[in-house]
Amino acid sequence: MSRIVVRRLEKRYGDAVVLERVSLAIEPGEFCAVVGASGCGKSTFLRILLSQEQPTSGTVTFDGRPLPPEPMPERGIVFQRYSAFPHLSALHNLLVVAELRDAPRTGRLFGAARRRALDEADAMLARVGLSHARALYPDALSGGMQQRLAIAQALLGRPRLLLLDEPFGALDPGIRAEMHGLLNEIWEEHRMTVVMVTHDIREAFTLGTRLLVFDKVRHDPQFPAAYGATITYDIRLDPNRARRLAPPAEVVRAIRRTLPGGTQVRPRDAHEQGEVA
Amino acid sequence: MRLINLRPSREGRLILGTMPFLAVACAYLWASAERLAANPDDRLLPSPAQMGSAFLELAFVPELRSGTYLLLADTLESLARLFSGVGLATLAALLLGVAIGFVPRVQAALGPFVRVISVVPPLALLPILFIAFGLGEASKIILIAIGVAPVMIRDVAQRVADIPEELIVKAQTLGASTWTMVLRVVLPIVLPRLFICVRLALGPAWLFLIAAEAIASTEGLGYRLFLVRRYLSMDVILPYVAWITLLAVVTDAGIAALSRRLSPWTRPARGRP
Repeated sequence: MSRIVVRRLEKRYGDAVVLERVSLAIEPGEFCAVVGASGCGKSTFLRILLSQEQPTSGTVTFDGRPLPPEPMPERGIVFQRYSAFPHLSALHNLLVVAELRDAPRTGRLFGAARRRALDEADAMLARVGLSHARALYPDALSGGMQQRLAIAQALLGRPRLLLLDEPFGALDPGIRAEMHGLLNEIWEEHRMTVVMVTHDIREAFTLGTRLLVFDKVRHDPQFPAAYGATITYDIRLDPNRARRLAPPAEVVRAIRRTLPGGTQVRPRDAHEQGEVA
Repeated sequence: MRLINLRPSREGRLILGTMPFLAVACAYLWASAERLAANPDDRLLPSPAQMGSAFLELAFVPELRSGTYLLLADTLESLARLFSGVGLATLAALLLGVAIGFVPRVQAALGPFVRVISVVPPLALLPILFIAFGLGEASKIILIAIGVAPVMIRDVAQRVADIPEELIVKAQTLGASTWTMVLRVVLPIVLPRLFICVRLALGPAWLFLIAAEAIASTEGLGYRLFLVRRYLSMDVILPYVAWITLLAVVTDAGIAALSRRLSPWTRPARGRP
């Protein structure tokens, strides 16, 4: 269980500032949902936590140590697209986790080690409800099944921090609710720290124990890229979702302004969603 | 209905596809018959019977001096050169292409070099190869390899670079090293493309093979073609060209089948469950 501390993080590409003055501490076992308008830097923030990108200035520490400059197994990731290896069947997508971890020379396991890893992979497939699809390639799986597979794959790596980059953004609403249930169960079981980027505020309220809203607070009409986004709202949600109260109306209105058009959010919705979950 | 919406059926496709072949065959037979009627000793457009007997003689009658079957000897000799050259180029494409596409430092070091090499006309290098390696097998094989390798290397490198970054990052979060990523992610994903590269490279490879054999050789399909040209032996040349075409088509189909076998995930999915 891992504590993440971000101090005065800034990220710029040339002259364009994407993130500025981002500071926060994420406690072990928290489920942080990150929302914000497109291009507000929420995905950049996630990529920095993953070490896929480096901050321009500021520090991020993970259990007291600075983040290593490249992705490492203690931080798992589920992407929205290309989430599983296309050349491996569902079962082998999970087997490869043990093989990449335990076989640094050949990238393959043999004999008893392979059988153990296969058993573990089979158990995980069953856990996410994909046993019937074990021999299929990702291309033959539906979007929801692919994301189940990706979550299973990330879990097998036993990360201390699980990062989710709009993992359900491409799914139908029904499937999405199913995936919320699964993710919630898994988080209850493992209680790892989770940071999830989403553009769906209902999803954020349903799953998160903490809601982070990214938005720009300073604007330069002559040069919109002059200022970056920072955390404008940091809301702790009741860990017991059934008792979770709707956030204050003015907060929802403010969040709504930052979100892409068409997202219908009313305080009541968030409450209803909380009860469903 | 608009022309672009008129789609031929299976049978229609077959009939339409056969028509150009038939048209060329008919035109040839007519012209050949006309010329042979005017002059029975004409050598330019031999009849099918003349071509057949010339071809069968090369295929099944051992040559008087050496006792070898010329067609078989020529074919084996040429294919050995072709596959050695293309094999070397494939190996280079695999090693260098993956290294250039995957490792930024190798890309910085070798990328510009390979780009420059790939625009050198290979046939212009042939005299250098003959001087450096003599007139033997080495220079012919190297000509084929140099002729096709740069394009293959660049193509494989590009495909490796095109692998979605998500997959590479994901592999790293699962604890993969550069080496295990090459083995378990990069190679399997570019393998189908490598096979396509080999198939595309075979065309130019035949060109370089026949050019090299025409210039300096004592055996081989290209050698035979240019040898009998001196006697205007169209009755040998035309069947040989057809034979080379057949070899090329069979090789291509074989590699395509091998690729489907080795990369089953590229086969179209049979519906979603």
